[in-house]
Amino acid sequence: MRVRRIPQQIVPLALIFAAAIAALIIARKLLVPATFGDLGYYRAAAVGEIAAQPISYAGAKACLECHDDIDQAKRQSKHRGLSCEVCHGDAARHVEAPDEVKLVKPTGRGYCPLCHGYSPARPTGFPQINAELHNPGRACMSCHNPHNPMLPHAPEECGACHRQIASQKTVSHHATLACTTCHETPEGHLTNPNVVEAQKPKTKELCGKCHGQGADSPPEIPRVDLESHGGRYVCWDCHYPHFPEAAR
Amino acid sequence: MKTNEPKTARREFLETCGKSIPKWVLFFATIRAGTLSAAEEPEAYDPKQHDYAMGIDIHKCIGCGRCVNACKIENKVPEEPYYFRTWVERYVIPSEGDAQVDSPNGGRDGFPELKTEPDMLRTFFVPKLCNQCANPPCVQVCPVGATFSTQDGVVLVDETYCVGCRYCIQACPYGARYLHPVKKVADKCTFCYHRIRKGLLPACVEVCPTQVRVFGEAGHQSSPLRRFLRFNDVTVLKPSLNTDPKVYYAGADREVR
Repeated sequence: MRVRRIPQQIVPLALIFAAAIAALIIARKLLVPATFGDLGYYRAAAVGEIAAQPISYAGAKACLECHDDIDQAKRQSKHRGLSCEVCHGDAARHVEAPDEVKLVKPTGRGYCPLCHGYSPARPTGFPQINAELHNPGRACMSCHNPHNPMLPHAPEECGACHRQIASQKTVSHHATLACTTCHETPEGHLTNPNVVEAQKPKTKELCGKCHGQGADSPPEIPRVDLESHGGRYVCWDCHYPHFPEAAR
Repeated sequence: MKTNEPKTARREFLETCGKSIPKWVLFFATIRAGTLSAAEEPEAYDPKQHDYAMGIDIHKCIGCGRCVNACKIENKVPEEPYYFRTWVERYVIPSEGDAQVDSPNGGRDGFPELKTEPDMLRTFFVPKLCNQCANPPCVQVCPVGATFSTQDGVVLVDETYCVGCRYCIQACPYGARYLHPVKKVADKCTFCYHRIRKGLLPACVEVCPTQVRVFGEAGHQSSPLRRFLRFNDVTVLKPSLNTDPKVYYAGADREVR
C-alpha cells in the first residue's frame, strides 16, 4: 500500500497553528486567576477575601462582657431593643483596646430627635416630641436617662408634655387659670398618659361658671347669655379656650 | 504434587496481601488527611447549608437613618451623599397624583420637617438595599465575571477583578449599585458578608432600634426570618421582573417600587 505523503504546505501551516494554540493556552494560564471557575464564572478566592474583611461594629453580645450592669437596667426599659452601638457608635476597636479607644456619648439635643422628633411618617404610637417646644434649651439627658428613658417621676407641670398649649395659654387672657380648672385629670394620667386620659369639658355650663350672666366672678370678665349666645353650638366651636381672644 | 505448588503460592500471596492491608490503609489515610487539611478551611463552613435573606417591616420604620450611618462606617462607603449601600426613602402619598419620594443624604441625618398638608393621604419610610436577587440582572451583564452569586445566596463584587464598566449599575432595577469614586469599581450591599460569615448580624440589622430589619436564613426552621415570613404578608420589589429578590417587605404600599 502506498503511503500518501502529507502535502508540503501543510507542515509549516500546522506548526504555525500549533504555536498559536500553545500561545493561547499559555496566555490563558497566565491571565486567568488561579481559582477562576472553581465555583462558577468568578474567582472563587474572592469569597474568602470578602469574608475576611475586618468588622467595625462589634455586635450586641460584645458589650455584655464588661457592661453587664448597664445592660440589666436597659433590659427593663423601653430601650431594651436597642443595641448599644445605635447611640455609642461602632465599638469593635473599643472591644480590642478598651482603654485607648473610647466611644461617643451623644449629649445635647441633637441626637435623640433623630428617632423621637415628630414626623407624620413615623408609626402611630411611637413616642415623639416637637423638639422646638419640648423643654427648649434643656439637654434630653437632664430629665431622661437614655438607658431607661421613662421619667423617674411624674412631670410637675402639664407644660412638660403639652408645651404648645401651655406656651399659648401664658400669653392669653386665660394665663392665670390652672389646666385643672377645666380638665379633670386623674392621678394616673401623670404616669400613664396614654391609658388614663385627662377629661375635656363637655357642656357650655363649665364656661358659664365664669362667663354666664349670674356668674360669681370679677366684673371685668366678659359675660354672655348662655341660653341665646351661640345657639346649639358649644363655646369651643368658636372660641379656642387656650387663646380665647383669637377669633376663629 | 505439581498441582499443590500454585496453591502454596496463592496462599502466600493472599497472606502477604492480608498482612499489608493496615499499611495500605495507613498510607491512603495519610495522603487523604494531608490533602484535606490543605484544602479545607479551619472552620467548617459549608456555604450550601445557608441561604441568607432579609425581611423589612415598613410599619416599624421610624426613618432615623441609623442603618445608613452604620452601613457607611462598617463598609467604608464614601462619605459623599451620593453613595449608599443602604438608604431610607420617605414616601408621601397625596390624594391625587404621583407619590413623592425623598431621601436627603440617604436619610442618614434624618428628614426635613414635613408639613401636614390636607391632601396628604399617608406617609411612611422605606429602607432600601440590594435585594440579593436569586436571578440577578447585574451578574448576567457582567462581562468579566467580577460580580457573582455565592453558594450561600449573596451577590458580591470581586473588586480586584472589576473593570468598572458600569454595566451592572445600569442593569440593576433597584438602583442598589454605585461606582466607588476611589477604587473605580462597582460597589454594593453584601449583606455584610464579612460579618455574617463570622456569625454576626449585618450592621444595619444590628443597629436598627425598632427591629425593622430581620436577618436570617429562609430555609432554616429556627431562623427569625422564617417567623417573619410566616407571620407577615410579604412582598418583594418589582416582582414582574422575575429577579426573585431575597429582601422581603412587609406592609409595602402599592406605590413602593
